[in-house]
Amino acid sequence: MELFVCALLPCRRFQLNGWRKGLYKCFRILEVIPGSSELKLRSKEDCLIQKRENNAADCGKMNFSEVFKHSNQLCRISPNGKYLATCVQYRLVIRDFDTLQILQLYTCLDQIQFVEWSSDSSFILCAMFKRGLVQVWSMEQPDWHCKIDEGSAGLVAARWSPDGRHILNTTEFHLRITVWSLCTKSVSYIKYPKACHQGIDFTKDGRYLALAERRDCKDYISIFVCSDWQLLRHFETETQDLTGIEWSPNGCVLAVWDTCLEYKVLFYSLDGRLLSIFSAYEWCLGVKSIMWSPSSQFLAVGSYDEKVRMLNHITWKQITELDHPSTISNPKIVFYREVERRPVISNDDLSAHHSLTTGSSLFSTQSKYEVSSLPAQVPVIKPDPDRPNPKIGISAMAFSSNSRYLVTKNDNMPNNVWIWDVQKLKLFVVLEHVAAVRCFQWDPCHPRLALCTGNNKVYMWSPSGCACVQVPIAGHFQVLSLSWHTSGQSLILLSKDQLCVCYLENKDS
Amino acid sequence: MGDWKTVTMPEPLPVLDLSNYGPTSVISSLVQTLPPLSQNSYNLVSAFCTDENIGQCITYINQEISSLGFPPISSDTRGNNDLNLVSVLNVIYELLQLHKKGLRTMEDMETEQLKSSSDMDHLQNSHSKLKEQLELCRRENKSFQERERQVHLKNKSLQNSLKNEKEEVQKLQNVIASRASQYNHDMKRKEREFGKLKERLNQILIDKKDKKMAIEILNYVGRPDGKRSVWKTGKTEARNEEEMYKVLLGDYEHRLKDLMIENAELKKVLQQMKKEMMTILHPQKHGFKEKKEESIDPVASDDEEEPGENSKEYGLDLSCELAREKLTNSIRQQWRMLKNHVEKLDNQAALMQMDVQNECNVVSREIHEEEVDKLKLEIQQCKDFIKTQQQLWQQQVNSPCDEETSSLLQDCYLLEEKERLKEEWKLFDEQRKNFERERKNFTEAAIRLGHERRAFEEDRASWLKHQFLNMTPFIDRKRPQTSKHPCAFSASTEPEVRNLHSSPQTMKSVVTNIPTPKSQSSLKMPSTPDLYQTLCLIPNKSSPEIQPKRSSLQDPNVRMYSGELSTPRPRHSLNSDNYFIYCVSRDENTLK
Repeated sequence: MELFVCALLPCRRFQLNGWRKGLYKCFRILEVIPGSSELKLRSKEDCLIQKRENNAADCGKMNFSEVFKHSNQLCRISPNGKYLATCVQYRLVIRDFDTLQILQLYTCLDQIQFVEWSSDSSFILCAMFKRGLVQVWSMEQPDWHCKIDEGSAGLVAARWSPDGRHILNTTEFHLRITVWSLCTKSVSYIKYPKACHQGIDFTKDGRYLALAERRDCKDYISIFVCSDWQLLRHFETETQDLTGIEWSPNGCVLAVWDTCLEYKVLFYSLDGRLLSIFSAYEWCLGVKSIMWSPSSQFLAVGSYDEKVRMLNHITWKQITELDHPSTISNPKIVFYREVERRPVISNDDLSAHHSLTTGSSLFSTQSKYEVSSLPAQVPVIKPDPDRPNPKIGISAMAFSSNSRYLVTKNDNMPNNVWIWDVQKLKLFVVLEHVAAVRCFQWDPCHPRLALCTGNNKVYMWSPSGCACVQVPIAGHFQVLSLSWHTSGQSLILLSKDQLCVCYLENKDS
Repeated sequence: MGDWKTVTMPEPLPVLDLSNYGPTSVISSLVQTLPPLSQNSYNLVSAFCTDENIGQCITYINQEISSLGFPPISSDTRGNNDLNLVSVLNVIYELLQLHKKGLRTMEDMETEQLKSSSDMDHLQNSHSKLKEQLELCRRENKSFQERERQVHLKNKSLQNSLKNEKEEVQKLQNVIASRASQYNHDMKRKEREFGKLKERLNQILIDKKDKKMAIEILNYVGRPDGKRSVWKTGKTEARNEEEMYKVLLGDYEHRLKDLMIENAELKKVLQQMKKEMMTILHPQKHGFKEKKEESIDPVASDDEEEPGENSKEYGLDLSCELAREKLTNSIRQQWRMLKNHVEKLDNQAALMQMDVQNECNVVSREIHEEEVDKLKLEIQQCKDFIKTQQQLWQQQVNSPCDEETSSLLQDCYLLEEKERLKEEWKLFDEQRKNFERERKNFTEAAIRLGHERRAFEEDRASWLKHQFLNMTPFIDRKRPQTSKHPCAFSASTEPEVRNLHSSPQTMKSVVTNIPTPKSQSSLKMPSTPDLYQTLCLIPNKSSPEIQPKRSSLQDPNVRMYSGELSTPRPRHSLNSDNYFIYCVSRDENTLK
């Protein structure tokens, strides 16, 4: 299969140089923006003109590449944005992101289960947990290879250190973390790592590593200096059963949260001092997720009581409580609801529609966002009380790149995404979809949110509006997850075993 | 009914007799009243009086009757029964009467009995009903009692169960607590074991010298920073510490700077606010002082002293406690003052509203006047422009005719010039047309005005005539009374009339003077300047709020006169005039 692709390469390269000409164009952009609902799609040109008119979600024109195979959702863009790594069974395919042509093809010893780029994009590691193996490949020297075998200790996690020259392998049963160096022969061990949700975290600048540990039934945190893996601080935390740790983006404060049985968030300084403890309530299930704002000014704490609490960075007290009500009545909030409809072909539109629909799937449903009149009701799922980890509460949050917006997802309202204005600390927009939201991610450069719901559409939101775009790929392409390119001008869409790149042209370009 | 049958059984004769008595009830009563007779059976009745025993019968009857107190029916004197027919008839009559009476009373009794029996029935019914009700109530009462008892029982049981539940809860809580502690204990034990196992495993892994655990690497790569790794020593440790503190310090410094900036900004805002407050309050204070000195309270006097102090302090930009306190204090005071002031202003504003409205109207009138002036000026300018254009046009038209040679020379651009001129001429023509139209409008307006004026004059003439006729000495005395009611709409609408008002002429002269010139003037067409005059005069007059003023200026004589003048007619015409003028002005605008 891959060889076949390689053989095709020369002629495709020619074509791909100008992908704008050669690749699939966006066939259908469904209009959404308030006040423009009367616009009709006539042809591709019309569609583009209309796009310009409503500039929905700033997405201008969208182009889609052809599809590529992948397995296990293993598809990573290198940090410098140059390469796209995809795994197909036991093969690692490195492509140039701009042309999508294959640059390298590496074959690993077993089916790849995990892939990660080093921070400088010059190495990529592939982990095969079943075999306890990690293989590292170099971008600069295709011949260079490195294989790390954890042996009988087993392997459950592998990750790069921020410098891109060390690999941290977690052995089975969280027995220890082995730090392998690619520069020297040295191997170091870190004992007693705690098996928890997020027990290891590097600061943004890559200087320090915080590691949650468990010894004698007590939680500890060790802070290491990454340059020489020297232990800098080691302190006990006031937690029952620590669940996660996360550095503030400026790397000076470590947020630590306790098990969900107790609502407890602790703040530790880099030097191990306890800065503050925050607890909103007792007895009920507590913290579910935590997210620092990019400016380190706020910490958003999502909990099982369907609320997000914003803490400030000076007093570490709560600023506000963001509730996720099932009835939205405030007229200042915009409520976008995805409305599905079967393609209705009226007589006068027949020809135009034909030309449009033949390229995309003929029988798939179209959908568009409509501004719902308020008060509106948000569909709520009642969680099963007998099951552990109930589907309720705020499971995911993300700040936009400019810290202006916060997007949250409440698990018992799976079809909705809530976008909050951080400046006003008020609910700004609610998006409701026909299916449950699978994945959402902010554009790393613009305040623009992309999300998918496991169907063949990509949904985009920006302060100027929102749009849902059907992926014009024949057959079933169910977008299960997506991830932005670092430039913010394209994103990769992953289905179960296929991927395609979606290019966004800004209206100014 | 049985009785009835027994009676009908015998021979028809007595039945017939009896039937004469009428209703069946009588018969039945008869039967009842005659039990002794019936006892003697029918034979006796039928054979009471026969031919043989007439005498006996008579005596018997006689005896009976006399015993009953009736006069005897026969004279016994002869021992012979000699029937006295008259007395017999009398007795019979009386008997009949008695009988009738008896029957009547019987009837009454019967009805009464019926009534009473029905009453009885009714009472019995109601009695039974009430009894039933009572029974029902009793039953209900019983049921309620029963229910109450049950509820009581339930309540008791619930209380019991509550108590039980509470106990249960307590027990369960204890159980949970004990289990939690047990669980925690077990967990800890397990974890400890787990830790031990891990330790052991780790040891084994290390001891085993696991061959498999290895790194295969083609060649070691350099560090990204190009440096070589350093040995771990005390020095590096110290350096790490140092760096960590540096990072922390940097963060704190950064935060401090941010806070400083924020503080400075806030301080600036505060100061600015204070300054602005001062500027707002300062002139106000002076105003207050001038008006009423007693109103200046200690706060104001305090405030007066402070600005100087504070301004000095601001210059130094002190951030110490003292300065801050003073600043906030003074701000607070000023804020209080401002609040008072605003409240006062609010009160004033409520009072001023009327004046404001009036002012608005006045302003609108002024604007209107200005507009009219402007329009006039514009018209004048346009006229001038037309004139000059005409002149130029004439010159240009004439010049090529005079010098044919030059026209030949200019031949090259004559054509295009011609075109241009044509266009200009067209434009010019249009303009002229517009102006003509305008003029027409004006003349029309003037004509209408003239008509109206004439009508008014006529009106006035008639009125004056009337007035004149009323000027007879008989009515003269009434005049002063009427003069006491000056009308708001003093008809000072016409310029002539106003002139008259201002002139201290006597009444008579007015009467004689006015009609003659007015009639003449109304006949001829008013010229445009005349019209303008009226135009600019009319708005003045039409505005109602200045009229009182004018009337107050008038001397009593004239006022009386004007009061009489205020007939609805001229006012109406005025209004129409006014309306028309607005129309014209709008036309001008559109033409322009």
